[in-house]
Amino acid sequence: MPSLKDLKVRINSVKSTQKITKAMKMVAASKLRRAQDAAEAARPYAERMEKVLTGLGVAVKDQPGASPLLVGTGKDDVELVIVATSERGLCGGFNTNIVKAARLHLRAQIAAGKTVKILCIGKKGYNVLRREFADKILEVKDMSAVKRLGFSDAQPIATEVLAMFERGEFDVATLFYAKFQSALVQVTTKQQLIPAPMPEAANENEGGDDLGGAVYEYEPDEAAILDDLLPRNVAVQLYRGLLENAASEQGARMTAMDNATRNAGDMIESLSITYNRTRQANITKELIEIISGAEAL
Amino acid sequence: MTDTLHYEIVSPERLLKDAEAAMIVVPGAEGDFAALPDHAPMMSTIRPGVVEIFETENGTPERLFVKGGLAQISPSGLTILAEETIALDKVDTGELNQKIADTREDIADAKDDVERAVLEKELAWMVALADVVAA
Repeated sequence: MPSLKDLKVRINSVKSTQKITKAMKMVAASKLRRAQDAAEAARPYAERMEKVLTGLGVAVKDQPGASPLLVGTGKDDVELVIVATSERGLCGGFNTNIVKAARLHLRAQIAAGKTVKILCIGKKGYNVLRREFADKILEVKDMSAVKRLGFSDAQPIATEVLAMFERGEFDVATLFYAKFQSALVQVTTKQQLIPAPMPEAANENEGGDDLGGAVYEYEPDEAAILDDLLPRNVAVQLYRGLLENAASEQGARMTAMDNATRNAGDMIESLSITYNRTRQANITKELIEIISGAEAL
Repeated sequence: MTDTLHYEIVSPERLLKDAEAAMIVVPGAEGDFAALPDHAPMMSTIRPGVVEIFETENGTPERLFVKGGLAQISPSGLTILAEETIALDKVDTGELNQKIADTREDIADAKDDVERAVLEKELAWMVALADVVAA
């Protein structure tokens, strides 16, 4: 049976924990707003880029000499897996889910006899993955200095990835991140970056419609425009993934901290009840002692 | 014929501009071209250079430096997908020249062709920007 003083100390410590989780929840909520706005603002560019690429890609795909960024290198022996996670913890299952998905994929690829290389963005994923795949991790991108994710943060990573592709260090690149749906739901997503995924031929007509059905004049020709666009698309897709990830992280943290705050509340309540009961029991005990003492006289 | 051209300038981070103009001069990869209302549909890559937006036919243009990208003219207007735009009056010449010098050094030290190509691309837009600012 804990003494009254012990209970008091515990209640106070839970109360201060609750204050912290509550503050973290509010900070996450405001950061979530900002991250969501950023993700929304990035949408027009990505959408237009997609339209143009789909239109062009379908036309150029079957031509000989099409960019390997579009049609691939012809093999898929070496895969670069980019795992985007957060820099900080205390965000529920956010990092765990991404890492779990990536790990399953990695194991499957290794079991299939393929070579994998890993690029970690954010140290939380690295800390877990290095236990199993330490020798496969090429690099960790530290994003902790980044306060507001900008395109200039994603671009150097994309440039590096593209340079590796040019050198023939991998054939396929896949990105793992969490797509933001709501503060409660984040969907772990696997997205192929290189070669650029193209809708099947069935969408050919749709692609044409997207361009307004007009006949375009291309300057320079289609293939040259595509060559210019494809590397850019990698950067944009990566940037988009990171933005979604940032929003998801804050959403997950907000939910986790909300739960923690509620749990702390429950705990304070039950501790208070125990405290009050113990206090009353003590008073009763003292009274009995006094009465029985008086009776004895 | 409509009197104004609807145009949008979009960067990966946000929609920068969405307005009407009388004419827009775009630095296309194969030479500058002016987009007027009802231009035939076309698509062109952009080299690093200045986009001039003429809000009225004879007014002074608004000048924006773009680091490259893609211009698309469709019946609904002109869309410029720009990687990055820089307002010309915010350029620090000293800093820019320093960066150019640094990049040149980096190119000389580059380990392989791939790295060199990346750096040369960087240098190209910086030199273009310096030329525009100097002019």
